[in-house]
Amino acid sequence: MKYVDEYRDPIRLQQALADLRRRCSRRWVIMDVCGGQTHGLLRHGIEDAVSDVLELIHGPGCPVCVTPAEVIGDALHIARDPRVILATFGDMLRVPGPQGSLLQLRARGADVRTMLSPVDAVSWAIQHPDREVVLFAVGFETTAPATALAILQARELGVKNFSVLAHHVRVEPAMRAIASSPESRIQGFLAAGHVCTVTGYAGYEQLAQACRLPVVITGFEPLDLVEGLRACVESLERRDSSVVNPYARWARKEGNPAARQLIDRVFVTTTLPWRGMGRIIDGGLQLRGDFQDYDARMRFEVPPASLHCTEDACLSGEVLSGRLKPPECPLFGKACTPATPLGAPMVSFEGACAAYFHYGRTSETINA
Amino acid sequence: MCLGIPGRVLRWLDRSPLLACAEIEFGGITKRCHMACVPEAEPGDYVLVHAGLAITILDAVAAETTLATLDRATRDSNVTGDTSV
Repeated sequence: MKYVDEYRDPIRLQQALADLRRRCSRRWVIMDVCGGQTHGLLRHGIEDAVSDVLELIHGPGCPVCVTPAEVIGDALHIARDPRVILATFGDMLRVPGPQGSLLQLRARGADVRTMLSPVDAVSWAIQHPDREVVLFAVGFETTAPATALAILQARELGVKNFSVLAHHVRVEPAMRAIASSPESRIQGFLAAGHVCTVTGYAGYEQLAQACRLPVVITGFEPLDLVEGLRACVESLERRDSSVVNPYARWARKEGNPAARQLIDRVFVTTTLPWRGMGRIIDGGLQLRGDFQDYDARMRFEVPPASLHCTEDACLSGEVLSGRLKPPECPLFGKACTPATPLGAPMVSFEGACAAYFHYGRTSETINA
Repeated sequence: MCLGIPGRVLRWLDRSPLLACAEIEFGGITKRCHMACVPEAEPGDYVLVHAGLAITILDAVAAETTLATLDRATRDSNVTGDTSV
């Protein structure tokens, strides 16, 4: 397809990789924030091609991975109610929660359905007026507008048997938390290009200045990834901490005002826990007061989240903040595989552990 | 879930603000997508769809500029490459 194929051109990719390698005067440490980027860097062999000149650290941009186990517990609590149809993204079904996964609960008879869009859940509520349809919505600023739209449609259409269990998170505060950590070795960020199509990137300019590192708005096709790395290296070589946008075909500085307006009508910024990373200030969204009627936690009297955590052995927090490469986890590929995930990053297509497993990376190959 | 898929707008089905939707073609496959965030899109435009909702419209000029910048940077570097390794 036009505007996709050009960015997958193998000849251009090889030339761009050679160019990128030549530009590195030292081995810079760069974090790609989004799980889709992690997957692309491994799938297209980019990480291998530059591993001697760049250290790539894979960040927390996988919404499934950063959803706390307690929130899965809330979803399990709600889905046990026989009146409920729980609608969620396919990735969420296998994520381990405090008492198993949604997939296991479905096997025991719960009505858990996978959707392509949050708005599907409103249609199901209309089709099943005798049931309670609960949208279990997670994700970054890319999916929050769709959740907001679903709620606004439900209100517009007078759909009463619809509610939302939401855990939407905001990327920029998490990047700030990672970069501000005293243990951080990150020298530059590839920001998640699709999040920026909604949010814009004015906020990143403050982050770049405060943390003194370049931020490059980066896409997902192989040439987008190499171009993002090239722009980041160019800034690093100049000791320049600014924001650069080579993904201008989709992302603009002001983002998408209509999408941001949808989010702002329904949600307000709040401090939320990220799985493995703890509470992040302004790191999430919660329903505004006038949308409390759609809050599934209230409707189904979900008890306050338990402090119990099932992932003692899982080192996902270390992986999501870039302190550990997935194959360095003692469970990787042994007790923890995509078929038997112990932590969320092994579940999702976008999770760093699943990407490393899928593309055959081991502790031997990453240290070679 | 967070993967955006580019597609081409074929035709509008509903232009009311909250229920806006259009037929979008993704490499030969046609799907109905929500358009509340891109009311200005027209048939022929390329949009990026996330979770069934189009969230941005392609800037074709920027797309060409990016490729030209990449080709130029690669070419310039190849010319001077031997000395900068």
